[in-house]
Amino acid sequence: MPRYYTEEHEWIDVDGDVATVGITDFAQGQLGDIVFVEVPDTGAELSQGGDAAVVESVKAASDVYAPVDGTVTEGNGQLEEDPALVNSDPEGEGWFFRMTLSDKSQLDALMNAAAYKAFCDDL
Amino acid sequence: MTEIEQTGEEAAPTATLPLDAWHRDRGGRMVAFAGYWMPIQYEGIMAEHLWVRENAGLFDVSHMGQLYLLGEGLDDALEAVLPGDVKGLAVGRMRYSLLLAEDGGILDDLMLSRWPEGIYMVVNGAVKWEDIGHLRETLPDAITINHLEDRALLALQGPKAFDALKRHTTGQWPLEALVFMMGGPYQIGGVDAWISRSGYTGEDGFEISVDADKVEQVANLLCGAPEVKPIGLGARDSLRLEAGLPLYGHDLDPTIDPIEGDLGFAIQKRRRVEGGFPGAARILGHYEDGPPRKRVGLLVDGKLPVREGAKLFDGEDEIGVVTSGGFAPSVGAPIAMGYVPRDHAVPGKSVAAEVRGKRVHCTVTAMPFVPHRYVRKQGG
Repeated sequence: MPRYYTEEHEWIDVDGDVATVGITDFAQGQLGDIVFVEVPDTGAELSQGGDAAVVESVKAASDVYAPVDGTVTEGNGQLEEDPALVNSDPEGEGWFFRMTLSDKSQLDALMNAAAYKAFCDDL
Repeated sequence: MTEIEQTGEEAAPTATLPLDAWHRDRGGRMVAFAGYWMPIQYEGIMAEHLWVRENAGLFDVSHMGQLYLLGEGLDDALEAVLPGDVKGLAVGRMRYSLLLAEDGGILDDLMLSRWPEGIYMVVNGAVKWEDIGHLRETLPDAITINHLEDRALLALQGPKAFDALKRHTTGQWPLEALVFMMGGPYQIGGVDAWISRSGYTGEDGFEISVDADKVEQVANLLCGAPEVKPIGLGARDSLRLEAGLPLYGHDLDPTIDPIEGDLGFAIQKRRRVEGGFPGAARILGHYEDGPPRKRVGLLVDGKLPVREGAKLFDGEDEIGVVTSGGFAPSVGAPIAMGYVPRDHAVPGKSVAAEVRGKRVHCTVTAMPFVPHRYVRKQGG
């Protein structure tokens, strides 16, 4: 299953027409202790680069953007009870939401793992 | 994601602190704050916060302004710019006070200490240049203002701070002689220091002023103790919020007077009787009759943090604003402080905070959120 990354530190796993979205290990490390996550409602229409979710650390709230256009099919309900999952398993159990993809060509502009690593090394 | 490194402060740092390399060597993540690169965290805000409540943490607060004022008529001159009882301040005693604008609005909050020859003052880093300018403009020419830029300031805070400091400290008096809001000259590992029993975390602790070129030696000595870790600005903020202590530029500003800011204790009785400080009519009026609005603590229902800038409502009426807020590690829940009208400034009152269009229920509460553990003269 291919995984893509954005310059805003979201990751997106694509499986057919459905994708899973979260924030990267680099992002959670920068944010520190996550105390609250607000995931989008099922059915929410997202557009690439638009607000999709909010992640709150002890010190600040940060927006999470939609990496592509699509419709939310599921928010990760586990994060409501255990937001620290984003710290402990950001690119696994700490996923934020699932969405359909309305334009798969948008993925072409995103980074692969190697490109994202190089991007973070430059920050 | 946005603003991963956002601090809410200016983007361009202008200076490094004497311990800059020391912080970086210890894994401190540096951010721009008050014109300096400062460590926001080392291992994580939550862990650092809880460490201070259980052990002891070393904070570098060298960005703060250390001033030393001298001159004929100093006490009278200071009493004309701030509402504290300066004349009644004995050598070695400290007092929390406020620099006031002509209308009684707060220009800064600060600590005064009586040194044998003059008054030592610690002011907020973000406004220290404005403070110096204001003091130069308002104090008579006979008063000399020394900006002690060659000194660093450390804060050692937490229940084990005393033990850790005591091991390395010598002086004319034992360290036990210092109780909350007292200070004196000591040596730490042979380095001359002005040490006071004070801080801004709600814990017992000390503030330590030393020559900048000796601060690394002192920091190494203190952090060599198993009970001491370096702690970043992030935990300093969450600790002071739990302690119910206001932060200048957030909870206090020139539109707020000391009574609105719930700082009436900073105006000692003689000053309340005599007046003679900026904005005395307004401030004493608010003291007598109650202020139109007041700083209060808010316990937040649920887990969603309510942060600075969130509007407060009673039903459909917008009644106030949150000035500090976040997750409180020792409380295990979000807390906040903010301003509400006098009739809402009563523990138990319900208000709603608006966060991203949602209403979050809050209960007005007495502060501090976590009990202070200052070591006072009797019992402690």
